[in-house]
Amino acid sequence: MIVLLFYLGLFGGAFFIVYAMRRGLQSRQDFTSLKTVTFGDESAVRADRAASIISVVVIFLIWGAFTGSKIMPIHVPGPFVGETQFTYTLEHPDGSTDDATVFVRVPAFGEEAESFEVEPGTGFAKDVAFAAPAGRSSTILFDKNDEVTRSDGAKIIAINGTAIGPDDTVDTGDGSVSLTGKGAISFTPKQGLQMNPIWLPAPETVVARFFEIASEGYQNFSLWQHLGWSLLRVIAGFVAGAIVGIPLGYAMGLSGWFRGWFDPIVEFMRPVPPLALIPLVIIWFGIWETGKIVLLFLAALWIMTIAARAGVSGVNISKIHAAYSLGASKWQIMRHVIVPNSLPEIFTGARVAMGVCWGTVVAAELVAAQKGAGMMIIAASKFQLTDIVIMGIVLIGIIGYGIDILMRKAENILVPWKGRS
Amino acid sequence: MPELDIVDLSMRFDLPNGSSVQALKDVSLSLKEGELMSVLGPSGCGKTTLLNILAGFLAPTSGKVELNGHIVEGPDAERGMVFQKGALFEWMNVRDNVEFGPRMKGMPKAEREKISDHLLEVVGLQDFKEKAVYELSGGMQQRVALARCLANEPDVILMDEPLGALDALTREKMQGLVLKLWKETGKTIILITHSVEEALLLGERLIVMAPRPGRIHREYNLPFAERGVNADLRDVKKSEGFAEKRDEILSMIWEMEEEIMGRTEQVA
Repeated sequence: MIVLLFYLGLFGGAFFIVYAMRRGLQSRQDFTSLKTVTFGDESAVRADRAASIISVVVIFLIWGAFTGSKIMPIHVPGPFVGETQFTYTLEHPDGSTDDATVFVRVPAFGEEAESFEVEPGTGFAKDVAFAAPAGRSSTILFDKNDEVTRSDGAKIIAINGTAIGPDDTVDTGDGSVSLTGKGAISFTPKQGLQMNPIWLPAPETVVARFFEIASEGYQNFSLWQHLGWSLLRVIAGFVAGAIVGIPLGYAMGLSGWFRGWFDPIVEFMRPVPPLALIPLVIIWFGIWETGKIVLLFLAALWIMTIAARAGVSGVNISKIHAAYSLGASKWQIMRHVIVPNSLPEIFTGARVAMGVCWGTVVAAELVAAQKGAGMMIIAASKFQLTDIVIMGIVLIGIIGYGIDILMRKAENILVPWKGRS
Repeated sequence: MPELDIVDLSMRFDLPNGSSVQALKDVSLSLKEGELMSVLGPSGCGKTTLLNILAGFLAPTSGKVELNGHIVEGPDAERGMVFQKGALFEWMNVRDNVEFGPRMKGMPKAEREKISDHLLEVVGLQDFKEKAVYELSGGMQQRVALARCLANEPDVILMDEPLGALDALTREKMQGLVLKLWKETGKTIILITHSVEEALLLGERLIVMAPRPGRIHREYNLPFAERGVNADLRDVKKSEGFAEKRDEILSMIWEMEEEIMGRTEQVA
């Protein structure tokens, strides 16, 4: 909740600062540059580069600030670490009172609390030393060395001079003290706003983990083998899907019989998410490579078939007529008109298919694998190695994004006429 | 000896709901070699159907088309087409588009290049040979389409509103180009248009078609195309008889349009 508020605050703040700075730079305001956002017309709004950069910085800033990162200059208040103390006032059954001090040591997250001793002091209530565990509340047996105990009828009436009854809480500055129903003291060190590394490690921990795994590997395979195997499966499945799907799509686009025959199959299989096929594929092909490649093949097949079909059906009839009038034969029209005309659609399909395959391979590896990006994060999650999980997710995202960029580059080079007819 | 003979051509389209549309009824025409004929008429009069039959994309319900003594049965390189737009191949550059026909025939590269070099110069695109077609303006794209059609040396050129998608200024320039090409190549050209002025300017012969059923309504022999060769077309428009002819044909088409409207209203 607080993170979200921070995020919104930074979003708004950055917006106003950047725009105020820009207004200072360019005095002229025109109205032709103000375009309305229309669906299907992405060019009406261009992404603001500054906003993209600030956005990425903000994510790391918040991540660092809320995890107590050492590379980040500002942090949100962290949990209390160190030594603190508070006094309690014990009331004797005969009505007299005595004060005693509780010394508390709180270690940092992930460290063990070391027990220690203090001088007991004077009076019937004795001072106590207590090593608290980090990040959670614990009960302090304050009267284990007192001369009168709760079983004698003694009870605590005040903490740091503030009167307290059962189930009340007193803030001591470094933590809070409350009385349990049975009259014992429960101490909770200040939590602060930072995340426990078990839930979210600091960015530098993740980076360190990346270098560690990049050099040492994880679970018998190097990092590059994990990622390489995932990629290899994607490429194998995608290529198989394209080899079968594109000719099938062409046949469906050119022949009514093919279209009629395969339409029900394609239209039925298309909306079935590949993930839903995992159980069946495991039953039929086992959990190892064959099963995964069959799954990715099925994920790519329908997308490529539909793309090729759309590419063929989308050819402008004037082009076919023109080619016929120029004396082209059926085969020449196929080779020189229909195939090149369908390439942009096929590329669009290939981009979608690669994205779907990448998502599917990770999911398939989560279910069962000895190596692969998905296997790496599911194995790490079983040991609560959150840093490896986050590192894996970041790498999966980067690779997915990289695949899409490569596909777009290939598209620009191979089908520059896309969308220009 | 007439080159292109259209004999009692009829075309009926059967609609899925059981009714049928008589797109053409008993259309007969003959064109001599080198004639330039424009075809005009309200929408739905069967102009495009006629052109598609001539091209061989449609088989007529009855009647026949004869070119140089043989019956037309399907598309062929002897009858070139120029479309309104969208018929260029975007994956080829200007030169490859123009050379498409000769290449399909298996003509060697050097010979093809000679043809495309020459034709691109004729249409004024000698500096755009290696450009992608989608980088060209609409007028330039139509120049490519004309050159591509001519590269194939067709006997007849069929033009389906070739200038319909261009702006007024470009259109006027292109009208001049069509006249120039007609005179220089001596091809038989049939040109469909929506514009009465264009039909008058570019038609040595002009037929006005009437709808439902599509048929030839009037036929004219006009002097304006001859006058327009290598002349300023604006002068031709001001020349003797042009304005009268334009008004006459315009009111004729208006009458037909009104008749259609009236009929539609009665049905409704």
